[in-house]
Amino acid sequence: MRIELQRRPKVSKLFSVLSPLMALVLTLIAGVIMFGLMGIDPIKAMDVYFVEPLTDIWSLHELAVKAAPLILIGVGLSICYRSNNWNIGAEGQFTIGAITGSILPVLYPNWHSWAILPLMMVMGAVGGALYAAIPALLKARFNTNEILTSLMLVYIAGLFLDWLVRGPWRDPKGYNFPVTTSFQPEAVLPEIISSGRAHWGFVFAIVAAVALWFMMRFMLKGFEVSVLGQSERAGRFAGFSGRRMIWFAMLLSGALAGLAGISEVSGSIGHLQPSISPGYGFTAIIVAFLGRLNPLGIIASGLVLALTYLGGEAAQLSIGISDKVSRVFQGLLLFFVLSCDTLIHYRIRLIFSGRPTTEGKS
Amino acid sequence: MTLSEGGSVVSLLAVRSLTKLFGDFAACNGIDLDIAPGEIHALLGENGAGKSTLVKMLFGVLQPSAGQILWNGAPVTVGSPGEARTLGVGMVFQHFSLFEALTVAENIALSLDPKISLARISEEAAALSKAYGLPLDPKAHVADLSVGERQRIEIVRALLQNPKLIILDEPTSVLTPQEADRLFETLFKLKAEGRSVLYISHRLEEVRRICDRATVLRHGKVTGACDPKQETPASLARMMVGSDVAEVHRDQGAKLGDVQVEVSNLSVPSRTPFAMSLKDISLKVRAGEVLAIAGVAGNGQGELFDALSGEYPVAEDGAIRIRGKAVGKTGINGRRLLGAGFVPEERHGHAAVSAMPLSDNLLLARSRSDRKAFLSAGFASVIRRDAIASATKRICEVMDVRKSGEDPLAGSLSGGNLQKFIVGRELDRQPSVLVVNQPTWGVDAGAASRIRQALIDLAKAGSAVIVISQDLDEIFEVATNIAVISEGRLSEPHPAGTLTLERIGLLMGGIHESHSISQTAASASEVSHAH
Repeated sequence: MRIELQRRPKVSKLFSVLSPLMALVLTLIAGVIMFGLMGIDPIKAMDVYFVEPLTDIWSLHELAVKAAPLILIGVGLSICYRSNNWNIGAEGQFTIGAITGSILPVLYPNWHSWAILPLMMVMGAVGGALYAAIPALLKARFNTNEILTSLMLVYIAGLFLDWLVRGPWRDPKGYNFPVTTSFQPEAVLPEIISSGRAHWGFVFAIVAAVALWFMMRFMLKGFEVSVLGQSERAGRFAGFSGRRMIWFAMLLSGALAGLAGISEVSGSIGHLQPSISPGYGFTAIIVAFLGRLNPLGIIASGLVLALTYLGGEAAQLSIGISDKVSRVFQGLLLFFVLSCDTLIHYRIRLIFSGRPTTEGKS
Repeated sequence: MTLSEGGSVVSLLAVRSLTKLFGDFAACNGIDLDIAPGEIHALLGENGAGKSTLVKMLFGVLQPSAGQILWNGAPVTVGSPGEARTLGVGMVFQHFSLFEALTVAENIALSLDPKISLARISEEAAALSKAYGLPLDPKAHVADLSVGERQRIEIVRALLQNPKLIILDEPTSVLTPQEADRLFETLFKLKAEGRSVLYISHRLEEVRRICDRATVLRHGKVTGACDPKQETPASLARMMVGSDVAEVHRDQGAKLGDVQVEVSNLSVPSRTPFAMSLKDISLKVRAGEVLAIAGVAGNGQGELFDALSGEYPVAEDGAIRIRGKAVGKTGINGRRLLGAGFVPEERHGHAAVSAMPLSDNLLLARSRSDRKAFLSAGFASVIRRDAIASATKRICEVMDVRKSGEDPLAGSLSGGNLQKFIVGRELDRQPSVLVVNQPTWGVDAGAASRIRQALIDLAKAGSAVIVISQDLDEIFEVATNIAVISEGRLSEPHPAGTLTLERIGLLMGGIHESHSISQTAASASEVSHAH
């Protein structure tokens, strides 16, 4: 017996729209089963996980803090994926952006000027873009698989940050903790409103999402992205360059990941430390697909995924389950999104007897 | 060597009124064929004549709709390639089925009984390749091998099954002349062992050189069975191309204007192992002229189109001139701005994006040339949907594009209607130069005549048109002048009125101008001496 995927002659419009919602529901059902098997009251667990974080102002701010990098990275990745460039290394670009953005506050802690913050943001974006330029160069010049190169660069970035904060950038007055000095007040991204921690990174995310939505929907550049993503040959016929698109998509997504990195460090952490991200760069891949690679959809899906992080922390505190559960939820969500999409385009057929086998009787 | 028709020898393989229908279309229509033991039998025909369909039925890839296959005189059903191999039929396909990342021995092992060890396969393959003069290293990775060496793997793979009949589909179309000579030696060895070879080709010289008998197909029917050594290339070409095609001529009254496109000594190396290189191509097309470029598929048509369109600019700027301007290094949009339009062969994924609506596909070809009409000024370049929608509507009306809905996806249109839209998209700009590759390939008859008429009308209105086509009927319908492309070389153009199908057939079979062909059979036989 074997299983075959057969392309459906017609794709249902209704289910294309419903698919992310169905994936969400299926994830929740799988969560209930999982908690049940762990011997935890599923109703209570789901309440702690997905409802409580939405009930007070403090945690809504936390939601925005966690959604900001997810949305910012996710919209950049969506452009990348739409153009058929598979940047999997946003986590590394996030890290390098955080490092290059921190150069000024770490090396010039006594520079007090309003100009430092804009410079940090620009330097973070440039750092992320430059780091994404490595897989872009390798792909454009040597046709190297960008999935592998960008992914491998994640680990290099992580170890580089680790070495920096344990070595040259360690705070001399930090009791040997692997952290840099805390940023001066001028280098900290301010809160949007005074009621909580949500900082301007969230505003950056919304602005980026709306701008890229406009580009994809109305501008020739967005058309170019879609054409090259669907058929490079047709793109060449239109006079668009696949090679230039590699650079555009990779640099754009790298810059946004870098901006997310420095926003997170400056707005939410306040210094560099060995670990600055609970995997935002990878989770943003789920965000991009759950939002159907549409920048506006990604705002919604970024909030949903931020909730899994928040719920994970809450569940760890109040019912004592590992925060790894949030990773499980994210994995389930990606799995269900991709399977729903596959089943919209294909139907499954079980084939019990193959065609006459090729073995002769000789 | 020639066996008399209906001789006493029992045929190794015989085919009786074999027919294959695809819907209403008969790809093979009542074909009879006899292959004697120990002969090299040629199957000749143009593209689309039904050669591949016939061979696929013999090898069990397709099942016949009617008719009989006899093996050693006994009727058989060939249900699958596996059954064909068991009978003793081996096949070497035109497009190889090899895994590049695996070694030669591993590739061979894939088609054999999984119980045989890799070491034994390597040993046998090495022995076979030595015996037949097919040098091959079993440990080499396929990715590192030349096209000729890859073909040897396929041949050795077929020989390992000890077949009585080996079918080769256009084997020399991918080989250099030297590689082809080696292949012929191998074929003679196989023949000396009493094996039969079915040799599919459209190259007349080759067939005359190595084949004992030939069966000629045209439009799915056998149009001739002969001893190719007794025939002239001219008579073979006539059988292949047929003489029942109406020799339509354009009215020659139209006056030709200035040269609009000029290609001089254009040479382009091949981009991939399977691509053809262009060799020293020169042509001139004047305003009001339709230059048709005939040729069998895979002789450099696609590469010539890429060079003319600027999708792949060429090294020498002066090698291509459009309206007097050197554009060799200019990209496709730069050439469009000079007034040129282009229609590629492949509709889906080249001329159009199937999953995008027609309006987007209009923008695809004209985002630069109609920038002012279709985009807002300034940096943002916002797409003006209303202007594009009305242009789409206009094109669909002029070209009679039948579609469902206002702006359907390109992929939902039939081939003919999509092609009308793609041609109409260029005509709508009134280009002064139009280059079209296979304008009516896979298009229904009604749409085809609509498109051909549009090309003639465009030339009449004073544009220069280049039509690359494999369809000789089409070429005679639209052409002012005809040139033939073969193995990346372009012949001198001839006025359409002075050419016959026979001469075109000769040129297509790879016999070049330098051999000074004339139309009489007598001098055609001189040609064969020249080789």
